[in-house]
Amino acid sequence: MKKIFSRPESLKDMPFHYCPGCTHGIVHRLVAEVIDELDVFDRAIAVAPVGCSVFCYEYFDCDAYQASHGRAPAVATGIKRVLPGSVVFTYQGDGDLAAIGTAEIIHAAARGEKFTVIFINNAIYAMTGGQMAPTTLLGQKTTTTPFGRDSEINGSPVKMSEMLSVLDGAAYISRVSMHNPANVAKAKKAIKKAFEVQMAGQGFSMVEVLSSCPTNWGLSPVKALKWIEEKMIPYYPLGEFKAPSEVV
Amino acid sequence: MPRVTFREERCKGCELCKNFCPKGIVEMAGHINAMGFHPATVTDIEKCTGCATCARMCPDMVIEVEKEEKKVG
Repeated sequence: MKKIFSRPESLKDMPFHYCPGCTHGIVHRLVAEVIDELDVFDRAIAVAPVGCSVFCYEYFDCDAYQASHGRAPAVATGIKRVLPGSVVFTYQGDGDLAAIGTAEIIHAAARGEKFTVIFINNAIYAMTGGQMAPTTLLGQKTTTTPFGRDSEINGSPVKMSEMLSVLDGAAYISRVSMHNPANVAKAKKAIKKAFEVQMAGQGFSMVEVLSSCPTNWGLSPVKALKWIEEKMIPYYPLGEFKAPSEVV
Repeated sequence: MPRVTFREERCKGCELCKNFCPKGIVEMAGHINAMGFHPATVTDIEKCTGCATCARMCPDMVIEVEKEEKKVG
């Protein structure tokens, strides 16, 4: 018997603390599989954020650092500059990256720092109990927008990938989704490409992953994936916003 | 025939595997595990093609899929 599917080596054999149906687990697996496939396990360094994925250093079996809220890109900059041979990635949520860490991510991209960002966009502050995030959709009900997000009062959702893709330092910016198996496969390809861009020294790379939060959206895990497809993708279109002209 | 192993104690009963199985053979078991969830299981392994779609959509790495290797020649 040949194993068709089993746990990647870069992922520790311990249970995730995430809620049932949360797609953080799938993204963790994809990142670990990419680390395995590129054979960079011994020089990969993860930078954990503040948010639901704050304990991701417990799961990735590589070296890791846990940064202050939003400051993962600044910490990753330091690590990559001191250890240029390492493969550095940050794993950040939307509250971390698009709210408190906006300055850090924009300037890391502008400087063309050679690390990879995995950006989990679930349109809500999940760990703190479902408050409005910069990425919350118009009309979406959260604990701080009980009547739905109103553009007059709360402004419009921030499209981070589009925003960062206009910066010269950014080499690879792509948005993928977790809502079905085909898109999970595409997400893995995008994450792999982002790592390859980093390793080729071409500049900053980021993969934005549309992810589900069944608990705070108040939906079942299956309905939450449908919600991504029906509500999030029309506002956050999928695809590569910037890719190096030469394919690595 | 492929072999699908579920680590029942890790299953959180989110039903994503059940939803995406192309053959519709993944079901939730009647009993509950230590965490209090109905774990996923395969009802009719005869129909399984070993595509591992269930395993790829599982957020908790519960499922392992094995398949017999094709004999060459």
